[in-house]
Amino acid sequence: MKLIKCPVNGVRPLQEFLYGGELRPMPDAQASSEREWADYVFNRHGEPGVIKEWWYHIASGTWFIAERDTLKDEFLRTYLYSQEQPK
Amino acid sequence: MPYRLLKFALSRSHPEPRMFRAPESLKKSYDVVIIGGGGHGLAAAYYLARDYGITNVAVLEKGYIGGGNTGRNTAIVRSNYLTPEGVKFYDKSVKLFQELSADLDLNLFYSERGHFTLAHSDATLRTMRWRAEVNKHMGVESRVIGPDEILKICPYINIECGGHEIVGALYHPPGAIIRHDAVAWGYARGADQRGVEIHQKTSVTGIEVKSGRVTGVHTNRGFIETNKVLCAVAGYTPRITQMVGLRTPLIIQPLQACVTEPLKPWLNSIVVSASLHLYVSQSSRGELVMGASLDPYVVHSERSTLDFVEGLCGHMLDLFPFLSNVKILRQWGGMSDMTPDFSPIMGRTPIEGFYLDSGWGTWGFKATPVCGVSMAYTVAKNEEMDLIKPFTLARFEKYDLIGEKGAASVGH
Repeated sequence: MKLIKCPVNGVRPLQEFLYGGELRPMPDAQASSEREWADYVFNRHGEPGVIKEWWYHIASGTWFIAERDTLKDEFLRTYLYSQEQPK
Repeated sequence: MPYRLLKFALSRSHPEPRMFRAPESLKKSYDVVIIGGGGHGLAAAYYLARDYGITNVAVLEKGYIGGGNTGRNTAIVRSNYLTPEGVKFYDKSVKLFQELSADLDLNLFYSERGHFTLAHSDATLRTMRWRAEVNKHMGVESRVIGPDEILKICPYINIECGGHEIVGALYHPPGAIIRHDAVAWGYARGADQRGVEIHQKTSVTGIEVKSGRVTGVHTNRGFIETNKVLCAVAGYTPRITQMVGLRTPLIIQPLQACVTEPLKPWLNSIVVSASLHLYVSQSSRGELVMGASLDPYVVHSERSTLDFVEGLCGHMLDLFPFLSNVKILRQWGGMSDMTPDFSPIMGRTPIEGFYLDSGWGTWGFKATPVCGVSMAYTVAKNEEMDLIKPFTLARFEKYDLIGEKGAASVGH
């Protein structure tokens, strides 16, 4: 069984979580062109690597950030969005 | 036969005819390089050679041909989609499949079974009526039927279905299954006979782009000059588009499948249930071939999990309780390149000479022949065939999506 460490509730099974997709900074909607906005809406970091993602712990309603290696499916770090710090 | 086999085993040479040559080295340049020796890439090579006389073509496959998603899907062919664009496209594919054995001179065991998508609620029935009407309008045989008719055609189904009562189904008589690896091998042989080179164990390590044009491909076996590259690598697409600096909406999620031990023939139809997240058919070997929905998050791996088999088998027993003693023989996974609208991404790209045949998610195998035909046209003429114009990468910039999620076999 796959285990994920929720920053609030500790290690819990995968079934208690929902995937929220890649963390993507939103461009300024007014200042960006149609093309830039479409890029934000649709395009994704598709290739394997370590990416920051949103995950949701269903039972406690906690959204948090996970840094995960999508090739090996390994969680490197999990933390609340408010705790995010530049490495 | 045993004597012939013995003689073959003891023979020093292997006189059996090969399906295709194994060229020792790569040429310095090709007119077209196709990345990916799956059904799509090989079909494109075949039609490029057959219909356009373009034979100086190399198909580069990093593993062995048909070893990716071509050999990992559940081999279902159907055209009961939701949008007119989709129905037209997949219907053309079904028609090509129906004649493919004769065309390739290889028995592909094309077997028309009838395809049922079960509805367990009124909401599902509504989408099915919508699909049936679009299908009929486009000339595709498809209709909504009630539980009585389901039981007449497939008497083994448990209509109560463990509390998820079956209230109807979308019935699509032309739904079929086919030997999927034979499709790849048949196209490979046809392409090879016409001069196309198939290079297995050849992986692409880089793509050379000069002032917005493709000029060559780096491989683990050296550099090749070419002005046209077709990328047909399904779950590996983002790794290739990264080489040319192209951003796409594709994300990769695993899709898993499994088969049971062989049983006597009892299931003639292809049965799908979106609510139970499963689809099943019985192969000509007698194995039940079963698949489920996508894994719920991005992983670049072809691994398979126990969670998947447990979940799938639970639902299989709701539908067919008498299978409780049947064993699972093997399970596997493939990588699906998912798009936001569940339609493919095909055609030209902002990089001149770089063509995409991607976004094949969980629906790629059934499109193999039509992708071959339409991508060969696109590469040969440097212009999309009408049939695939709605599916270009540029549709996202125009917010002109082709929503096919409602026709995905299971609720992904």
